[in-house]
Amino acid sequence: MSLHKLTLCELQKQFQAGEVTATEIVRAYFLRIGHVEPKVKAFVTQAKESAFMEAEVLDRKLKGWRKTQPLTGMPLAIKDNICTDGVSTTCSSRMLQNFVPPYDATVIAKLRAQEYILLGKTNLDEFAMGSSTENSAFGPSRNPWNLHCVPGGSSGGSAAAVAAEECVAALGSDTGGSIRQPAAFCGVVGLKPTYGRVSRYGLVAFASSLDQIGPITRDVSDSAFLLQAIAGHDPMDSTSVDRPVPDYMKALQKWDLKTVKVGVPVEFFAEGLDPDVEQSVRAAIGELKQLGAEIKEIRLPRTDAAVAVYYVIATAEASSNLARFDGVKFGFRAKETKDLLDLYMKTRQEGFGPEVKRRIMLGTYVLSAGYYDAYYGKAQAVRTLVCQDFDAAFKEVDLIVTPATPTPAFKLGEKSEDPLQMYLSDIFTISVNLAGLPAIALPCGFSKEGLPIGLQLIGRAFEEETILRAAHAYEQSTQWHLKKPTIR
Amino acid sequence: MEITQQDVEKVAQLARLAVSAAEKEIFARQLTQILGHVDTLSQYDTAGIEPTTTVMGHVNVFREDLVRPSLSSEQALANAPEREVDGFVVPKILEER
Repeated sequence: MSLHKLTLCELQKQFQAGEVTATEIVRAYFLRIGHVEPKVKAFVTQAKESAFMEAEVLDRKLKGWRKTQPLTGMPLAIKDNICTDGVSTTCSSRMLQNFVPPYDATVIAKLRAQEYILLGKTNLDEFAMGSSTENSAFGPSRNPWNLHCVPGGSSGGSAAAVAAEECVAALGSDTGGSIRQPAAFCGVVGLKPTYGRVSRYGLVAFASSLDQIGPITRDVSDSAFLLQAIAGHDPMDSTSVDRPVPDYMKALQKWDLKTVKVGVPVEFFAEGLDPDVEQSVRAAIGELKQLGAEIKEIRLPRTDAAVAVYYVIATAEASSNLARFDGVKFGFRAKETKDLLDLYMKTRQEGFGPEVKRRIMLGTYVLSAGYYDAYYGKAQAVRTLVCQDFDAAFKEVDLIVTPATPTPAFKLGEKSEDPLQMYLSDIFTISVNLAGLPAIALPCGFSKEGLPIGLQLIGRAFEEETILRAAHAYEQSTQWHLKKPTIR
Repeated sequence: MEITQQDVEKVAQLARLAVSAAEKEIFARQLTQILGHVDTLSQYDTAGIEPTTTVMGHVNVFREDLVRPSLSSEQALANAPEREVDGFVVPKILEER
């Protein structure tokens, strides 16, 4: 079997047993990338040279005394808003096109300590703002299941790379669904951990109270395996939480869902839900029941408010975070400017794309004198109500099951002219970020057109084990994850 | 609420973002539309509801003020769009009188 077909856990076992070398792995992956990347366009940067060098060093070292880490030799792709020392990190923006970070994000330092191999940096909507990768300054990525469709976003490059078997697994970031929505669209597994579970140090900040890094993988075991490697407290991120990291792989050992109460929120099965998606998700809920779960209808009455709350809070935080891009210390600088103010204004006009500008404008507006209370203050208060809905629900159930997205992947260009429609497509993922909860998206079927459909499982804060266990049990009994796209 | 092109101009100035005439027109229309959706939040009664600034109940985190490894000035300057030997180059800020 070709090496690129193996899951992370399978490849890891073969490598640890000495059945395959790191160089063989890297060679197999760049062969695969060479075949499909011209169609999929998942990467902004390929790290071919350094990957082969790292593999060679590993192989030489391991010839003598075989002492390995869990991720030794494992070829990963990283979303291009996560800083990698010495490898450019562009955020798919003209603003950072030539930016080479002088340090590693904490998640990268952790992967590096485990001797992973970086295959490349993946495409995203500029500064992670978008749901399709169409906002990338370097052109959109494609959905491996249908090249005319978007892979979702903003971590669309990572999801497409995993689905197209261009890497064994990847990291993404999720502010309003940016891991789960592309995972759903591409038929792979995407996990957004609890806010504070994974360090954000070195993740280029979009909305600091919502952002979280997480794994995008081929199956649930790989998700648990990669989460294990990146989770934990970090003194460099004061919002990361200091509590023990459980053994996530152990959580997968329980295969039935007896004693697990699963809530189905009626608000997520309303008007606008694609019939194929509804059918697949209803069937998945039936499957969870078969596995022993107790299914209960619940209410999250403030679900409708989530998109509006999100687009006030996220843009407000973004307008502040992106103030640092001023053309002085790093990044793009406009030419021929007459004074410092002109330098700032032109640099930002020429360096940012339309969606980023739109969000900076919106965020600046809702924070400006006279509108702060009416918009920002109001949104923060309604955010409390959204959190209260989840608190009440989790008194009755252990996890919540919903569709990950209202529709399967849409066509390139279909929504790019209508920002509000694009924002509303995130309706099922956004409230989870507002409440800081962990959630996983995993395949649960296909539309009539053959596009993947995603199921979302939401857990209590820091109960990643519960959603992983349920996702794993479901996956083992349905096997949707074994279907692979034919890329043409 | 209707966002006018004058509003756009004012906000763009606050955001230190130059906008073209075409952008002013587009942003006025799109921000009006998006804020129209945001206005639906007024249906939620938030009297007496504490705003959420952070979900995990974080409080200020302090640490000892210790000397730790940091970037060299060469590393810090490596990404500068314009530099001299030991610093970033910016346009003149103070005018002579």
